[in-house]
Amino acid sequence: MTCDEAEILLHALMDGELDAGHAREVEEHIAGCAACAAQLAAYREMSQAIAAADMKYTAPLALRRRIEASLPQPKAEAPSRRVVLRGFTLGSAVSAIAATGLVAIVLRDDDRQRIDSEIVSAHLRSLQAGHLTDVVSTDQHTVKPWFNGRLDVSPPVIDLTAQGFTLIGGRLDYVDARAVGSIVYRRRAHVINMFFAQSSNTERYAAKIETIQGFNLKGWSDRGLDFWAVSDLGADELSEFCDKFESAMRANSEG
Amino acid sequence: MPVNAAKDDPEKARRFREAALPHLDDVYTLARYLLRDATDAEDAVQECYLRALKHFDGYRGPAMKPWLFAILRNVCRAEFARRASSPTGPIEDVPESAEQTPLWNEAQETPEAQMLRTRDAATVRRLVSALAEPFRETFVLREINNLSYREIANAVGAPVGTVMSRLARARAMLRTAWTAEEEQPR
Repeated sequence: MTCDEAEILLHALMDGELDAGHAREVEEHIAGCAACAAQLAAYREMSQAIAAADMKYTAPLALRRRIEASLPQPKAEAPSRRVVLRGFTLGSAVSAIAATGLVAIVLRDDDRQRIDSEIVSAHLRSLQAGHLTDVVSTDQHTVKPWFNGRLDVSPPVIDLTAQGFTLIGGRLDYVDARAVGSIVYRRRAHVINMFFAQSSNTERYAAKIETIQGFNLKGWSDRGLDFWAVSDLGADELSEFCDKFESAMRANSEG
Repeated sequence: MPVNAAKDDPEKARRFREAALPHLDDVYTLARYLLRDATDAEDAVQECYLRALKHFDGYRGPAMKPWLFAILRNVCRAEFARRASSPTGPIEDVPESAEQTPLWNEAQETPEAQMLRTRDAATVRRLVSALAEPFRETFVLREINNLSYREIANAVGAPVGTVMSRLARARAMLRTAWTAEEEQPR
């Protein structure tokens, strides 16, 4: 490979657009060419600086309202109202339990059940109008930094749009009397809340699907984080989501 | 069961709202970089959403964001035509020479000289805004809106190879401007 070719292809390499064969060719060239290696390093650095700078603009509220107003108004959303009512019923039961002052970090099985229902409750609350997301963005580089200073863990924000799950934002929530993060995805009309929190459990425990009040919930631990994915999606699609999330996360931390 | 058009509409609006509105900031961001004017960008984004709603029935996916970008781009082209007397020029106005000139070659630089200081967002935005079209567009779609090469190619209606060379040029130009910026005492 010549430097001229490498000069173009190193961009595709750093953007992760090359197939394995071409990536290896470019990497081989760069390993033996100081000039191209320096170029790649400089471009990577610039890319990181750009990612770190806030390059996005936020649409003015007035514009958002004008666009909203120009859309035909939907009728009252009957299904979500039912969901909200169920949320209230569960919510009061859960807060009664929370008020007894259990701050379990080590998850025993009964605690796990309790937390599972809190998670479902938090999911239900999130479906109430206007509280699904605190930060609305389809961009993982916007959602991830938003959690800085709000949580004691770095959030695993992963863009799964290509896999059919659209990232729509993030939210801070409270479960088991502590702050947890939620990364919110959508598949068709179904919302997925991907909750995560720091875990004292450093061992991996396998995911298992539970059904609580008609919602599917899958919880697992990995690398010091607890995860709960909850949605009204079918168990098979929720499993698919969790698999893709986990493998993308593994690829991220290894890559 | 008879299908009532009036009843169908709010359902369509709901689907459109859920699919398109989460991308509003991204669409607005692209409009700001393409048009370099806040008011024009707002108008273009509103027009983009109106057109998108109108054509939503024909939308077959897969990705909503590149689809909205392609519509926005058409809206912006109309705006460029309106501005025809301004020096900005239409978006498709690619000088042949610009595509063909070799990339900036800095092979002589030492790694130390290439270290870039982190610039504040306003400076970086200004440097990006100063890039010539179509390099600015490709750059923004990739670095700020995080589109894949394939999605960029679809949105701008150019082959992937063209996207790659534009992106390489854009980054080379930005790096030059960035380095020049650092050398000026500010």
